[in-house]
Amino acid sequence: MSRAALLVLADGRFPAGGHAHSGGAEPAVKAGRIRDAADLAEFCRGRLHTAGLTSAALAAAAAAGLDPLALDEAADARTPSPALRATARKLGRQMMRAARATWPSAELDALAAARPRGAHQPIVLGLAARAAGLGPEDAAHCVAYEVVSGPATAVVRLLSLDPFDATAVLARLAPELDAVARRAALAAAEAVVEGLDALPAASAPLLDVMAEAHAAWPVRLFAS
Amino acid sequence: MGAGAARGMGGLTLGAPGVRATARIVATPEGLPVLEGEGPLALRRTRARGPYHRVTVVGAMSAPLGGDRIAVEAEVRDGARLDVDSAAATIALPGRDGGRAHYDVRLTVGEGAELRWLPEQLISAHGSDLAMRTRIDLAAGARLVFREEQVLGRHGEAPGTLATRLTVHRAGRPLLDQELAYGPGAPGGWDGGAVLGGHRAAGQLLVVGPEFSERPAETGLLGESAVLTPLAGPGFLVTAVAPDARLLRRTLDDVLHAHLATR
Repeated sequence: MSRAALLVLADGRFPAGGHAHSGGAEPAVKAGRIRDAADLAEFCRGRLHTAGLTSAALAAAAAAGLDPLALDEAADARTPSPALRATARKLGRQMMRAARATWPSAELDALAAARPRGAHQPIVLGLAARAAGLGPEDAAHCVAYEVVSGPATAVVRLLSLDPFDATAVLARLAPELDAVARRAALAAAEAVVEGLDALPAASAPLLDVMAEAHAAWPVRLFAS
Repeated sequence: MGAGAARGMGGLTLGAPGVRATARIVATPEGLPVLEGEGPLALRRTRARGPYHRVTVVGAMSAPLGGDRIAVEAEVRDGARLDVDSAAATIALPGRDGGRAHYDVRLTVGEGAELRWLPEQLISAHGSDLAMRTRIDLAAGARLVFREEQVLGRHGEAPGTLATRLTVHRAGRPLLDQELAYGPGAPGGWDGGAVLGGHRAAGQLLVVGPEFSERPAETGLLGESAVLTPLAGPGFLVTAVAPDARLLRRTLDDVLHAHLATR
């Protein structure tokens, strides 16, 4: 694998539109569920082990070569919130555009043709990782990191939280990020043998509730 | 003494590490050809509501202990209607050996058949460790009303460890897959602002039916901590958290009664 390719794909400046999303942090701040760095850490930890694990495993499975259309269906089943399904597909479409320009591949072309309105983002990311010569655990790492870096960056703006504190939250989560990425890659390897039900489906009730509330706001800083 | 002999003596298969028991229900339009409790799982045919056969899970089911493996299987064959409830809440308790208990529910609903699965709450007592797995296979033309509620700790008590997974397939394709994990043995962050936010009751109400293919349910916020969402397939899910079991039930009941009134 190319370590540099992993950095390019995981970079927050990779032009795939992620910066416009707070990962549920904006409604959580409004509801008073994130007020300081400690709340942010618990929020990120909870998101990492639920939606993060589930998304990381989908990405790992796509990177491992499992059928992206079947994975897209599995992602829908793991996303009961229509607002979050719409967000995942929108981000998937943007990731697709960036990935096809960066690491052109027939597999990306085929998925783009089959899902013109966008596939779930982690699946596109998994295929992009594959096209970049990266492995399933690399793809899982990218997703797991993005799942916590999104809210951390957003909370700096939403709460005027000290960016050093927000980065310290991410740094302290590093061992758990590694563990989630490893678990996601193992689950993907299991799914190759046992089918897609072997992929995790960890979910977070409040993320689903808040995503729908947030989507109905007339004015918001972040798209999700 | 072999497992067969133990079963012959009263339906229990005893032995390390815990109780193993499976209860089975089969419903057809004509009746309930199979209604078999086992061990702590007792099944009673109760007063039917309209065209529905009704079965109540009673009594001693209210205690999966650490190390136990209990299961309930229900098959609702083509055209049959079955209503299943329970007489009391199920309480997960710590086991003798501190091991994890397993509770599996396997439900199959055929063409033109309907299952209403509306048990009482699952209460995770302090020190307990339970993994609950529900697998539902629906025919394309099946209908389902399914509720599950988790309460973390008895009144004023710290919760045990609870992991649940609900996997639903319709016509062989995935429709819904949700895993929840709470308590001291769960991964971190379960009580933070993304997952429970300090709430002590969580529940889901799932409604599936072919009518939602043409007319999907509309998204609806149900107060501050619950939402009704249309699935990608023909059905909707209510996801709710609440401070306690009573408030949770009130939220789910509002939607349940509104849905049942349309049927």
